[in-house]
Formats: sequence, structure tokens, C-alpha cells
Amino acid sequence: MQVSMTVNGRDVSADVEPRTLLVHFIREELRLTGTHVGCETGYCGACTVHVDGKPIKSCTMLAVQADGATVTTIEGMASNGELHPVQEGFWERHGLQCGFCTPGMIMSAAALLEENENPSEDEIRHGIEGNLCRCTGYHNIVRAVEYAGAKMRGEEPPAPDWEGGD
Amino acid sequence: MYPRQFDYVAPGSLDEAFGALGDTSKVMAGGMSLIPLMKMRLFSPGTVVDIGRIGGLDTIDDHGDHISIGALVRHAETASSGAVPTALATAASLTGDVQVRNRGTTCGALAHADVAADQPAGALACGAVMVAQSASGTREIPASEFFVDALTSALHHDEILTSVKIPKAGDGEGSAYDKLGRRGGRSDYAVAGAAAWVKKSNGSIEAARVALTGVGTKPQLADGVAEALVGTDGSDGAVEAAADRALEGVTVLEDLYGSEEYKSHLAKVYVTRAVKQALANI
Repeated sequence: MQVSMTVNGRDVSADVEPRTLLVHFIREELRLTGTHVGCETGYCGACTVHVDGKPIKSCTMLAVQADGATVTTIEGMASNGELHPVQEGFWERHGLQCGFCTPGMIMSAAALLEENENPSEDEIRHGIEGNLCRCTGYHNIVRAVEYAGAKMRGEEPPAPDWEGGD
Repeated sequence: MYPRQFDYVAPGSLDEAFGALGDTSKVMAGGMSLIPLMKMRLFSPGTVVDIGRIGGLDTIDDHGDHISIGALVRHAETASSGAVPTALATAASLTGDVQVRNRGTTCGALAHADVAADQPAGALACGAVMVAQSASGTREIPASEFFVDALTSALHHDEILTSVKIPKAGDGEGSAYDKLGRRGGRSDYAVAGAAAWVKKSNGSIEAARVALTGVGTKPQLADGVAEALVGTDGSDGAVEAAADRALEGVTVLEDLYGSEEYKSHLAKVYVTRAVKQALANI
């Protein structure tokens, strides 16, 4: 079946089987391999992308369901060589260890900050409930999101934990 | 993991969708329950009828004494609309996770009829009525007759659950939902959960509905609890005594998440919490 969609601002189309999952379309057809396949069962969230502005799990959506949609993947987050504030936060606050969950975490965190520009720690943890970090590095992920939130509000981010932040 | 091959149709109208339904077809809305089953090859429909592109099914409408939630209303919208009674709205807010709530639909979760899903319990407690449409007409099925068995609803193969009607909360009425999730706290499917609706007048409970999920072979009403609540003042003691009848008519199923004894205990705990919260929400 023919599908067309806009991915990271680029119009793409391809002939796919109905059973092609959106994540495979993104990785194998478009060669955008930043979106990861983790658990494949809908639990881990490593495959999270934005479809029409909302975070979804691309391993649990058919490419044909996204026909006509606007999709953003991790590759679409930086612009003109500048990291998205959430990407910068993960860099500055060591929000990753092995890095496998990171693209999905960033997509979920960015969507959370779109809806709630100043989330509490509890709200951040609930906002990333659909994303699992197998390294259990949640502490610094939360700090990374706090950093990004502050940057996006035009505020000075809290000092990192290792410099006496809380 | 890929599903087995299937034919895919995305009709633009309900009439076209009815025409596409057959013996080996399956209706898909968000696909949050169906696609994982297909990927694990536990279920392989010949044709997937994707109703996601049919117009007019994605709204929550006010009809005076009740609201109706269309087949394409996502969990996130049911949770946040403000028009949905608390028990069902809370159940929707605790369904899956953020990403699942952005894709999955309330009607889809009801039609899927998982034994441990949240919204079936909310629908039962709220006195919901399922609107099942087919080429030959429309049937209205009370929630109490809709959940037949594990993953089995009263829908026929040629029918689509096009909306669910929920009575609006009136004076003196309150509802609530609470659960223990499989991942701890309230995350994931319910190890055990309960929804409650109560109506109070002149200081006593005039009517009640209490529903269980995660405990038995299907989401179901705990009529014994409701019967025991009616006529009481809704005091903590009265609620706790009524909760002792939570398992009347329920076959408690042990699973990976809890023994029969543990689930039986949890059922009473969550019935107590849900009823107390429903009374507090009046």
C-alpha cells in the first residue's frame, strides 16, 4: 500500500505492506535509526516519536495508520546544528548511561514540556512513565528534564547535583 | 516482530466499514490492544478494518441527561474532558501510559474486554450503555450485560461499538476508581481495582454500583456490596462491612500478579477505597 507522510519536515512516501510497523518504516525505509526498537511489546517506549504533535509508540502503530500524518523523530529535534533544550539537558546533566532509551525519553520529555512548561519532579516522573531505562538512570533523566524546562522558560537551570544542587 | 500478513481497509464511513466486516475481520481504532496481540501472533485477523479515518466518531457529546463518548475518543481525552464522570475519567487517566493514552480509545478498551482493564470497571459503575451498530441497525447494551468473559464482549461480528453513553452525575451522586497496578502504584493493568458510584439523599445511600476488575474472569459488578450499602449512612464502618461482600458471585482467578488469597484481599481493600472516595466526591 502507498503511504505518504511528513517526517521531520520532509515529505516521504513508499509502498509498504499493511503489517509494516511505523518504527520499521522510519528505520528501514527512511534510514532514520535514531528511533530505537526495544521491547517490541509496547512497554519500553524506546520507539517513541511524535505523530501530529503527540508522543506515541511507533512499534505499536502501523505505517498505514500514519498515512497523511506529521511525524517527528529524534533526528528532527535539533535545528541548524543547535540541540533541542531537552537534548542539551541530557548532555549537561548526564541523563544517559547506555543511551538506548534516550531517544524515546527525549521525545516523551519534550512532549511533556510542551504541555506543562514547569513540571514538578512528580509530574516529570509521570510524564515519562511510558519509557523504561534499563540502566535505571531515572535520577539524572529527571534532572535533565528540569534543566530543559528551565532553559525553555528562559531561566537559569538548577546547579547539577555534583556541584551542590539538590 | 511483525504480525502475520493481513488485508487492511480504512473505510471513510460506517456503512463502508459494515460492508468490510466478515468472519475473519477485526475492527481497529487505536490498535493499542490489537497490534500487540497481532505482533505476538496470538491473534491473526484476515482483515483489519481500521475505523480511524471515519469522521464524526471522535467527540464527547452532551445529550442533556447523559454524555456519549465516540468510538475514536482517546483515553487522554476521556481523562481530561471534564464532562466524563469521575470513575470513568480516572480509569482512563490510569490506562496504559502517556503514549498509549494518546492512541488508544475508550470504546476500544471496552470492546477489548480485558479482565484487568480499567475503563470496563468505570463503565460498569457509571451505568454505561454500549451503542453497537451494524448494517442492520443499532443495539443498546447495558454495561452489566456487555462483558461476557475474558476478552469477550456481547458485540456480534458484524457490529461496531460506535459510542458509549454515560449518565451524567446528578445531585447527591459521586463516583471513583482506584487500583493497584502491576508495576506498583497505579501503573499498568490492574492486579485488582474497583470503581464505585453512589447516590445519597437525606444522609443515607439511596443507590450504588460497585465494579471489580483484575480479580475475576471478567470486569463485573459486585451487586452484594451495592445492596449492603443502600440504606446505610455511608460511614466508614458501613463501607467496610459492605466491602466484605465484594467477592459474592466472583470466581477469583490467580495469575502471575497475585494468588487467589492476595487478590481476594485486594478486592475488598480497593472496593473500600473506591466507595469511600465516591462518597467524598459527591
